[in-house]
Amino acid sequence: MMRKRRSTVISRIFLAVIFIFLYAPIFVLITFSFNSSKSRTQWAGFTLDWYAELFNDASIMNAFSTTLLVSLLAAAIATVFGTVTALGFYCLRKRWRSPLMAVNNIPLTNADIVTGVSLCLLFVFFGSRLKFNLGFGTLLVAHITFNVPYVLLSVMPKLYQLDRSLIDAAQDLGCTPARAFLKVTVPELMPGIINGAIIAFTMSIDDFVISYFTAGSTVSTLSMTIYAMTRRRVTPKINAISSLLFGAVLVLLIIINVREIRQEEAKKRAEAKLRQGAMQK
Amino acid sequence: MSKELIRLSGVSVAFDGEIVLDDMNIHFNDKEFLTLLGPSGCGKTTTLRIIGGFLVPTAGDVFFDNVRINNVPPHKRQVNTVFQKYALFPHLNVFENIAFGLHLVRPKLSKKEIHDRVMEMLEIVSLKGFENRSVSLLSGGQQQRVAIARALVNRPRVLLLDEPLGALDLRLRKDMQNELKRIQQAMEITFIYVTHDQEEALAMSDTVVVMNEGKIQQIGTPEDIYNEPENAFVADFIGESNIVDGFMCADKVVEIFGRKFECVDGGFAPNEPVDVVIRPEDVDIVPEKDGMLTGTVTNITFKGVHYDIIVDFKGFKWLIQSTDPSPVGAKIGIKIDPDGFHIMKKSRYSGMFGDYSSYSAEYDEIGDLEYEPSENEAELEEEMRYDF
Repeated sequence: MMRKRRSTVISRIFLAVIFIFLYAPIFVLITFSFNSSKSRTQWAGFTLDWYAELFNDASIMNAFSTTLLVSLLAAAIATVFGTVTALGFYCLRKRWRSPLMAVNNIPLTNADIVTGVSLCLLFVFFGSRLKFNLGFGTLLVAHITFNVPYVLLSVMPKLYQLDRSLIDAAQDLGCTPARAFLKVTVPELMPGIINGAIIAFTMSIDDFVISYFTAGSTVSTLSMTIYAMTRRRVTPKINAISSLLFGAVLVLLIIINVREIRQEEAKKRAEAKLRQGAMQK
Repeated sequence: MSKELIRLSGVSVAFDGEIVLDDMNIHFNDKEFLTLLGPSGCGKTTTLRIIGGFLVPTAGDVFFDNVRINNVPPHKRQVNTVFQKYALFPHLNVFENIAFGLHLVRPKLSKKEIHDRVMEMLEIVSLKGFENRSVSLLSGGQQQRVAIARALVNRPRVLLLDEPLGALDLRLRKDMQNELKRIQQAMEITFIYVTHDQEEALAMSDTVVVMNEGKIQQIGTPEDIYNEPENAFVADFIGESNIVDGFMCADKVVEIFGRKFECVDGGFAPNEPVDVVIRPEDVDIVPEKDGMLTGTVTNITFKGVHYDIIVDFKGFKWLIQSTDPSPVGAKIGIKIDPDGFHIMKKSRYSGMFGDYSSYSAEYDEIGDLEYEPSENEAELEEEMRYDF
């Protein structure tokens, strides 16, 4: 009994230490974003000045709009590509599916620096021949590239849950194959497609390394701007913008998780209902 | 009832070299309730999918109203399907599910007409007042009615039903059987029904097609299929059967267990080996001294309407159904009327079904009991005496 209690205490302390390690830096970051002096060590009082200043900083606002635009576009395009690719995978024979799925998963675990450098080299290689420079276009293509696997991963499970006879039923009732796809398959996949889009958007907002290598010198994303600021002179503005970025990504992650949990629960409820229904009448 | 509507001519289907349907020839009449009956993997659902247009046969032709429709896609066929697990659209409510097909009709139907037709169907399947329900909130029986309504609202010439009652409990299943029969008669269309449940098939159908291993085993009315099975597979699959090895001594005389019995079948070659089917309910239990054969009761099970009694005739076990119990261990005699024997030609299924066990010399001892064939037959008996 005693022993058991001690082990619970130890495991709780252990948990607390882990959380402190994980969140202490972020706590400090956020706290000092409200500090009224420029000091990063002395607390001098509460202020929102640094947040207000962000909106007057042209380079930050510029980076913000670039980030938003590239994230939205990349998420949208990657969602379409990823969904279509998922359908392709679904129709493949099993023999081909597993190896190709592994190919899809490699970029997910690949070091960002490798992806970034290789994309950079590729763009430079083609850019010198086809006369284009690194810029918004290459940044967008890079983001689409690393987003597609995430969309694929969130759409695939929904495809496997899809009852094939629903598509048969739609055609049986008069749909051409294309219409059946739009009226039945797409609505059924929608939760997965939306999850995929949000994940892709989050990944884009979040990205620094790949953007750094593919954006060139003319455009800059928020994370690139923050990095540049740290190399000059550190002001609590960095804390403020970083806090906002952290907040935004956190909110997106919470949305994704809540959606996934709700979808699971809805599925379980529907199944339970079905079983119950079949049993009593 | 007699006009031919659909014909499958020499239809074969193979998946990856495995033959699923083997040279199937069959026609389906207009306004008929036809059931494809067989164990899983017999090709019945494949047949249905060919008629529905979801599968193009590897060989052979499909005709609808004498027009070849092999390559006509599902959405252009005058056929609708009730799928195995209903396949209702989960993102649509009851009304929208049923109206799904009506929205696709060209020229477009008016909103009022769609509404009226959906309401009419809800009435037919007894689901009035459910139109705004989400389909995921319906019970199994209700989902099934929505599936039927959704298929019928398009006024198809043929309704295909793929084991539609499989997921329902027994009581509800019986209700739905009657309901389906009623709907079929009210709508005056052809129903092609797929099931592995022989009782369901016998209860609902005008015609039953028994299938196994991608081949048709027998086509006939429920009575034909039950009373005159064509081979051991059909006899065993439909109802309970004791199937024993025998010889036709002459028309109306069959020999089993080394003894001759009077029967009603004929038309076999002299001494032709045959399979003899004796239904458990056609066997009467009599006192040992009055029996044509005698055996020992080894097991008895109360089934409600009757008792299932297993009787051991020196190693060969028969199932007998009787309303009177006989205790385990009792020595009993049995009597079978001439029309209780059903004689079948030998087939590749001989010896595989019906508690069949190979002949044992011990049966000769059973043959002591009295059975008097007519004089004519007695002579035959002398001539055709077999040395078992």
